[in-house]
Formats: sequence, structure tokens, C-alpha cells
Amino acid sequence: MAAIDITAARKSYGSVDVLHGVDLAIGDGEFVVLVGPSGCGKSTLLRMIAGLEEISSGEIAIGGRRVNDLPPKDRDIAMVFQSYALYPHMTVAQNMSYSLKLRRTPKERITAAITAAAGKLGLDELTERRPKALSGGQRQRVAMGRAIVRSPKAFLFDEPLSNLDARLREQMRVEIKRLHKDLGATSIYVTHDQIEAMTLADRIVAMNGGVVQQVGSPLDLYDRPANLFVAGFIGSPAMNMIPAVYRFADGAAVAEVEGGHRLPLAGPFPVPDGTTVVIGVRPEHVTVAAPGAGGRRADVSLVEPTGFGSILHLAPFGPPIKAFTLDRGLGRDGAAVDVTFDPARLHVFAAADGRRMDPAP
Amino acid sequence: MTAPVAARRRPFLSRLADASEPWLYTAPALILIVAVMLVPLVLGISYAFRDIKLLNPFGGGFVGLRHFEALATDEAFRTALVNTLWWTGASVVFQFVFGLILALLLNQPFRGRAVAQALCFLPWAVPSFLTGLDWAWLFNPVIGPLPHWFVALGLMDTPQSILSDPDLAMWGPIIANVWWGIPFFAITLLAALQAIPKDLYEAAAIDGAGPIERFRSITLPFLAPTIAITILLRTVWISNFADLIVVMTNGGPADRTQIVASYIFTTAFRRLDFGYASAIALVLLVLLLAYSMLIVLLRQSLLKRG
Amino acid sequence: MRRNPVLTVLHRLAIGLYIAFALFPLYWLLKVSVTPNDLLYSEGVRMWPSRTSLEHYAFVIANSDFPRFFLNSVIVSGSTAVIVTLVAAIAGYALSRFAFRGKYWITALMLLTQMFPLVMLIAPMFKILSPLGLTNSLTGLIVVYTAFNVPFATFLMQSFFDGIPRDLEEAAMIDGATRFVAFRQIILPLTLPGIAATLGFVFTAAWSELLFALMLISGNAAATFPVGLLTFVSKFSVDFGQMMAAGILALIPAALFFLLIQRYLVQGLTAGAVKG
Repeated sequence: MAAIDITAARKSYGSVDVLHGVDLAIGDGEFVVLVGPSGCGKSTLLRMIAGLEEISSGEIAIGGRRVNDLPPKDRDIAMVFQSYALYPHMTVAQNMSYSLKLRRTPKERITAAITAAAGKLGLDELTERRPKALSGGQRQRVAMGRAIVRSPKAFLFDEPLSNLDARLREQMRVEIKRLHKDLGATSIYVTHDQIEAMTLADRIVAMNGGVVQQVGSPLDLYDRPANLFVAGFIGSPAMNMIPAVYRFADGAAVAEVEGGHRLPLAGPFPVPDGTTVVIGVRPEHVTVAAPGAGGRRADVSLVEPTGFGSILHLAPFGPPIKAFTLDRGLGRDGAAVDVTFDPARLHVFAAADGRRMDPAP
Repeated sequence: MTAPVAARRRPFLSRLADASEPWLYTAPALILIVAVMLVPLVLGISYAFRDIKLLNPFGGGFVGLRHFEALATDEAFRTALVNTLWWTGASVVFQFVFGLILALLLNQPFRGRAVAQALCFLPWAVPSFLTGLDWAWLFNPVIGPLPHWFVALGLMDTPQSILSDPDLAMWGPIIANVWWGIPFFAITLLAALQAIPKDLYEAAAIDGAGPIERFRSITLPFLAPTIAITILLRTVWISNFADLIVVMTNGGPADRTQIVASYIFTTAFRRLDFGYASAIALVLLVLLLAYSMLIVLLRQSLLKRG
Repeated sequence: MRRNPVLTVLHRLAIGLYIAFALFPLYWLLKVSVTPNDLLYSEGVRMWPSRTSLEHYAFVIANSDFPRFFLNSVIVSGSTAVIVTLVAAIAGYALSRFAFRGKYWITALMLLTQMFPLVMLIAPMFKILSPLGLTNSLTGLIVVYTAFNVPFATFLMQSFFDGIPRDLEEAAMIDGATRFVAFRQIILPLTLPGIAATLGFVFTAAWSELLFALMLISGNAAATFPVGLLTFVSKFSVDFGQMMAAGILALIPAALFFLLIQRYLVQGLTAGAVKG
């Protein structure tokens, strides 16, 4: 087990920068998820930690030791690949024991480690099979088993679940979380799936365009996204974004949206009157009620029932927004609803740079 | 002060080792190619301007363009050039057409395809000298059946070898070459065919395209790059390929099957006139380079227009 | 999809016709080689002789230089195949796995060697090898054949390596292997079909090379099969039966090799084609 410290890590291919200086301290035993759209640099960062990608500048240390110039084999890390990368010409047992053999571990210890790992992952019956004879989920388990047999300093996961179907993905997600609880190993997990990020992480690192956008606990990112990118990326259905102008008059802060409609905000913001802003509001924070409850009247243009609740498509003042409601009775096409917003639930971002703004204390 | 800086930079030796790794791996191949192919090539070009005869120990002097002047009036060379065009053109066209047909036939799934494929490709495994001898024997009226078949078909009055008939002799090596070279085209084209995604055909069939339309609009465009490069390489290769002619006719009768490549070989091997042989080879090289450039340029202008 | 039965019959017929065309010359070799001498001319055009004998084979094996030619050819082709495959495997690996300056030039150089006339090299090659004592020697032939075959074999190996996911060796490197160990224990075993294909391809090519062998070898001691067979034509009154028996013997190793590897050849070229 070890902490991982990343200091000003950069990566460039020729004149193209794919990673613009990342600083990140990952604590011993922590489960950190790197999340972002494809091409955001998350995989590159993971591969730099693994030693598969050279570090253009900056420093990466594992367990206090600088590893920039260490080849992957000397970094004592394990990695689970998206393609699983199982050795096709070896059995499950040979796949899992390969790293131990390379380290000249005594035979009895290898057997014990394989048995333990196979038991933990439910692979006992399959140890003599070749990867070709396994299902996708089983292959995924073998890849995990290969990583855990040798208790490395850290586990790296490169989108390990994206080749599985939805049901299996959910199941493996739980298993990974349970394994982490059991082993308590430092883990870095790359995914583009924000649900995986939310459910697995102790801390999430949201990345975009080679830049870290926000680091924090899953609920942190959900409740207080640092900018428009994080706000839009985390959460499904995605946060509604409504362009508006900030107004401050008579001691009341409001956002003036299309058509002059005004939404009250929670307290004054440290920007001048007339600043263009973006108001973010999560669909579940758009309160809808039967007509007559008060608020802005809107027609439901489309309903997406999820079973658990319904997603209503509305346009209370110009731009289309989505609302999530548990009340199935409201979910009818063409029905009218009354829409209200809780000022405390509105996120305000500066339109100029997308940064989050908090009310002045 | 310098220590932290040194620690931050990667050690010079380790960076050097990383940068040189690919070169280390390719070095044996490169050394072989340069030493055994490029150096003799350059030397060969220089021979073209020197008087090098193996039987004349006092030769070796610079003769300028004398070999080329001799070439200009060399009747045998001119014949060989025309014969090369014939030989190459006919061989490539027939090899390609039959190779494409064979590849299409083998691309259909059927029982015993693996065996059929192996048998169809077998001629390529036959050493070229044996191919030459084999076909020379087949054309021989004494031990070969072909002349008798030709007579039976009314193509010939009396069974005789076409290899000794000045008007027909060239067809002997060409037929042998086609027999031998079809598998090369078939293998390359079959590989290209198998790389075409199957769902394209399904999509086209659903869109209502018949077999001919599918061939025209999917197969051909997909094969086109492979066809272009294979034909280019084969053309160059066949025009240099003298084995069959040396074995079957040795250029005869009366130089009617002498191609430039076999003429070079005869000049070097039988007359031991290396200087003159190199001059001919240089002309051939220039012609082939010009041809290749032309094809590449043609392809690029076609690509631009498309 | 259901197929039209007429088309199916035509398809099988075409395949059968081609196989007949491909095999008939080889069949004829076999037929003449087992025809006894006294029937050679009288039954010259019969499809199968009324009597067969293995006398030509016996004579070729016991009383001629062919066993030596055969051995020489095996040594030359075998060594060439092994050396070329080794050299091409590591070069192909580098071209497939490293991005480095010069890769483009190496590829261009190798393509160029496929373009220029090898006959052009005959004269200078003789001049270079003769003071080194490498004319009339099997070593000289091996060196020359190795260089000729390296470029194409490298392309072939590169295309096989391209077909093996990079993830595998990265996984091995993380598991604790050096790049070389990963190459040897993970990549190489997976490339065995490719290696077999390359071995077979080069062996066949070296086995059949004629012009350089004719030029560089004189005398029977170092003659390879093609040279031996051709000198046979000029030296003695032509004994077709014996020559064809020798020819069949010459064909066996190359054909065997080829039958084993032709499948992988198509596979390798397909893998390369997919990558473009």
C-alpha cells in the first residue's frame, strides 16, 4: 500500500499538449476515480502512473519514491485493462501467476495466492481454462485476479467495465467496491461513466481537455460543481443550464432569464449588476406540481418514464428544461404543470469563464 | 544546486538507451540491406561507366558513356526491350485476371475450402527453375502431352514444341509464368477480400443491390488499393524475372524470347562483360523507376480528383 | 441466404477446373518420373504408363550428385530461413511497436529494395564476394539470400505483430517483465503462426533461387539443387526420367512447407490489410 503523489505532471506529443500540469495527492488506501469524456487525458495520466507513457515533465512518486525513470515492472503496481489483456496462450491460473513467477515467488506461495484469489472472485472451477473459453464477465474477473494475487502498492483500472453489458457492469461495480473494502489498497480508476465514478470513488478527479476541473468527494462534485463542465458531466439526467443576466435591486438578487422572467437567487453575488451568468438546476430540483399550486405554468411536451419516476420536458420560459418527479400523475403529454425553483438549489456560474459563484456571506 | 536539476532530468544514458532501442532492433536488417544490396547497387551503377570484363585483367578503366553508345545501336537490346513489354504485360494481365477470379471463388464458403485453397496455391511453392523445366517438358512433343493436344484441337499440324517456333516461343514462358504467379495475386487479393466487413454486403443487399452491383460498388473499391500496389510491384518484379526464360529457352530461338533481364544475365554470365551488363541494368532500372513514378503520380492525381 | 444451385455447381466446377490446371504439370512430373526408361518415349503421351518403376529415384539417390545438391540446398535454404526470420522478427517488432524518427525512411528503403532489378547486382556481387572467398561457397549464398529476403519478411512480421494487441505486452510489463521478456514470453508465442509463415516463405524463396546460384557457384561441391539440375541438362544426354525424379524430390520440401503455411500467409496479410 502506498500514497501516490503527482506534481505538475505534463504530457506532450511533439507540440501537442495532452496533459497541462496535473497536481494530485492520493492518500494511502484511497479509491480515486479519474472521470471525463474521451480524450480528456485521464487514460494518459493513468498510463503515466503505470510507466507505460513517459512523463514529459513534472514528477510522479509512489510511496514517497520518485518513479519517473522506473520501468513499469519496478513500480510495483497492478493494472486492469479495458480489453482485459489476458494472455491467450495461458490458462487462468497461469495468467494469474505470471507476475509471481517473474518475481520468483516460491511455488507453494503461488498456489496459495491463486487459490485465495480464485476463491474470492468465484473462479475456482475455471483455473485450467484458457481465456478463449470464458465469458466476458469471467474474463473480467481473471483480469482482477491477476491484479490482486500479488498485493501491489496500487491498483490501476483503465475503464475495466466498459466492455460488459449493463447488468454485469452493475454487479462488477459492487464487487470492485467490496474488494477495495477488503483489501484497502490504493486504487486509481479511469472511467467515462459518471455513475461508476459516483458509486465507487472516495474522491473523484473530473478532467477535461487535459486539465483537472475539480477534485472532491462524489457528493461534493454533485452538490457544488466547480464549473459548468463538472456541472454538466456529473449527474443523469444532466443538469439544466439556463442562460440569464444577474440583477441586484432593492436588496434582492435575481436571475433574469429569457423573456424577462426573474428567478430569485440566494443572496447577493460578488459580481456587478448585469453580469451574464448561467443558472444550473438539477432536474430533481425543478419542483413541479399540479396547476394551481403557484409558480410558472408550463406544458409538458414529452414524458420519459423511468419507472422510479418520470422525466418531464418543459419550457416554462423559452429554453427547454427537464424536471424529475416521483409523481406519476403529472407525467402526461400535453398536461400543464406549475414549476417553481428553490433559490438554494440554483447553481450560478459566470458565463464568461464557466466558474461557479457562491453568494457573498 | 546542480544535484536537484540532475535528478529532475532523466539520466542521459537512459534516454540514449531508449532512443536507440528501435535502431538496435532494426540494425541487423539495415546492415544486411545496405551491405549486400545498396553497396553492390552503387558499385553496379559505377560499372556501367567502366570497362569490366572478367577475362580481361587489364580492364577496369573509365569509359564514360561508351556502353550506352553501344546500347543505342544494339539490335539485341532493342528486341529485348520489346520482348520485355510483351512478357511483362501478358504475364501481369493474365496473372491478375485469373488471380482475382480465383480469390473470388475461394472467398465463398464451401466444404473442403481449406484443402482446395492449399491445392490452388501450390504452384507458387514450385521452385521457379522447376516450373521452367516442367513446362518445357510439357511443351516437348516427345514426353509432353501439350503438342499432341494442340494437334487434336486443330491448332497445330504436327506435334512440335512451341518453344522452338519463333512466332510462338514467348507464349511458353508466359504460360509457365501465369501458372506460377496466379497464386500470388490470389493470396493477396483473398486477404484483402477477407478484410472487407461482411455487414457492408448485407447492408447493400438490403438496399437492393444485386451481386454485380455489390461487386462494383463494394468489392472493387475495397480491393483497389491492394490491386494497385500488387500490380505495380508485380510488374517491376516480372520484368526483372529471368529464371523461366533462362531455363526454358535461354532467350532463343533467335533472341525471340530474350528479355532485358535475361539479356543482362547472359551478358554477365556467359560473356562475362560486367561493364556492359551493368549499363543495360542501369537503363532497365531507370525505365522501371520512371514507370513506378508514373503510376504513383497517376494514383495521386486520381485520388485528388476522387 | 439461399444460393442458386446452378451457381453452386458452376462455382465448384470452376474450382475443380483450376485445381486441375494447377496440379496437372505436377502430375506430369510424377508420371514421367515413375515411367520406366523403355516406355518413356513409346508411352510419352499416355496419361499413365502401363508399368511403373522407381528406378529413376533409385538411380538419382544412389548414383548421382543429387543427394549433395539436396543437402546443399537444405543447408542454404534452412539457414537463410532461420536467419531471415530472426532478423525480420526483431526489425518487424521495432517497426510495429516503436514510434521513432527514421521509421519512415527504413520502410521506404525496404520498399525500394523491392523495386530495383536484382539482376543488376549480379556483376558487382561477384566482384565483391570473390576476393572474400565467398563465391563457390554456401556461406556466400546464405548471406546474399538473407539480405534479399529480409525486406519482405520484415513487412510480413510487422503485419503479424500489428495484429497482436499492445495491451498484452503492457500487461506483461506491469506484471514485472522487461520489454524483452514480454517479447519472448508473451508476444513471440502468439506470433508462432507468423513465424512459421515467414520461415516457410523464405525457405521456399531460397530453395528456388537460380540466377545468383548459377553465377556465384561453379562446380558440384557447393551447387544447390537448381544449379545441379541445370548442369545436368547440359552435361549429359537428357534423361528425362531421372531429371523428373530429381525434380519431384526437389519439390517435396518446398511444397510441404508451403502447404503448412499458406493459411497463415493469408491471415497475416489480412491483419495487415485491416490496419491499412
